[in-house]
Order: sequence, then C-alpha cells, then structure tokens
Amino acid sequence: MLFEGIPIEFFLVTSTIMFFVGVFGFITRENIITILMSIELILNATNINFLVFNRYLYPGQLEGHFFSLFVIAVAAAEAAVAIAIIINIYRRFKSIDVDNVDEMKN
Amino acid sequence: MESILGNQVMFIIFSAMIVMFSILTVTSRRILRAATFLLFVLLATAGLYFMLNYQFLAAVQITLYAGGIVVLIIFSILLTSHIDHKFDKVPAQKLIMGVIAAGGGIAISLMTLLSYNFTPSNQQPIDVDMKTIGKSLLSYGDNGYVLPFEVISVLLLAAMIAAIVIAKRKKV
Repeated sequence: MLFEGIPIEFFLVTSTIMFFVGVFGFITRENIITILMSIELILNATNINFLVFNRYLYPGQLEGHFFSLFVIAVAAAEAAVAIAIIINIYRRFKSIDVDNVDEMKN
Repeated sequence: MESILGNQVMFIIFSAMIVMFSILTVTSRRILRAATFLLFVLLATAGLYFMLNYQFLAAVQITLYAGGIVVLIIFSILLTSHIDHKFDKVPAQKLIMGVIAAGGGIAISLMTLLSYNFTPSNQQPIDVDMKTIGKSLLSYGDNGYVLPFEVISVLLLAAMIAAIVIAKRKKV
C-alpha cells in the first residue's frame, strides 16, 4: 500500500489549497486562457478529493474512481469548446482580455 | 517501517510541488510560463494518483491532461498572444478581494475538515486493475457504469463537432 502512513487529512489539505488557489486565479486574472487554467486547477482539486474519499473511506467500491474519470472527460470536452470560443473571440476583438469583450454581437 | 517513511517523503514532495506550482500558475505574469507551471501541477497530481494505487487514472491524467489539454492551451496561447507580453500588475482592490475570498475559503474549509473525525473503513479493498475497470464501464448491474459511459461518449462527440463549427472561419 503506497498511501500507508499518510493520514487522509494531508491529502485533503493539499486539495483544499489547490482549489482555493484556483478560485483566487479565477477572481484576479484578466486573460481568458488564464481563467481557463484556473478552472483546470479547481477541477483537479475536486478529482483528488473524489479519489481520496474513495480510497480511504470506501475502498470496496469504485464510485469515486469512475466519477473522476468522467470529470476528466468533461474537462477535456470543456477545454476544446472553450478554446474554439477563445479563438473566435480573438478574431472578432483582436484581444482576449475579459474587459475588452463586453458586447455579445457587433 | 522504511517504506512508510518513503511514502511520506514522496507525498511531501508531490504536495509541495502542487501547492508551489499552482500558486505560480495563478500569479505568473508571463502566460506561457503559467501554462508550464500548470503542466507541473498536473504531473504532480498524477503522482498522487499513483500513490493512491489508481494506476489507470494516473495514466489517464498524464495522457489527457498533461498531454492533451496543456498542449491545447499552449497552442491557443501561441495563436492569440505575443510571447514576450507581460501582464499588468493586478489592481490592489482586486488582489485584496481575491486574497480575502481564497483565504476565507481555505480557513473555513480547513476548520471544518480538521475538526471532523474520519472513521477508517473496514471494507475489503478491491484491486482496481484494467479487467475490473473495463467490466464496470460496460455492465449495468451493481458497479456498472454503462449509462454515464454512453452519455460521456455522446457529449465528447457533440463537443468535438461544436468546437469545429465554432472555430471554423465563416465564408465571406
């Protein structure tokens, strides 16, 4: 067992810090791509939580494992669509700062 | 005894990498460096998955996140930004608000987390090998996940088509 000797709280503290660093980036960043990177951080932190709870509290089941598998798939789909939208915004506004993109249609 | 110490050292290395590089990801003023730091965060997360004995998910994390999404992000950075462009400093008010939101969230979450008493389970751990994963993904009884599997495959197809349609240059 590779995780022996490590209390569950250690993992949870790490993922909590990662989650709120992502929230901080989401609030302070201006560029759309860096906001997307903050969202990836948040999704990763939740994934760690799912797996840790699955491994420590319900090791006989696989719910957390498959849920994080699906979260990863949804994150991949989200990143693909988000980047298509970002490229489209760049063509239209010549900038991807959220402050400059304040109209839906021109 | 020795392996427990080794585990703890490994865990400390991975979690220090995660904390350090995720802070650098959201504070770095050069966007390509931020993407590189994100790559390190994702690799360290894969290391934590290996420590939890979820080898398949760690491999998926490396191939999909570190291989796929980071490359996608770097490509879009190269398409939309100048490499030597540096972001402006974050305005003080926004910075203070962000620190308050993140710090308050961390404080509340950690207080709740550390005061709760987790009871370790007495379930028999099952081995998560490829055979179990494949059988679970394609069965519909107990521990069967064929419905979300199908939904996610339709979602991926829809997202792929949507990405092509959105990014396609309109005919003049």
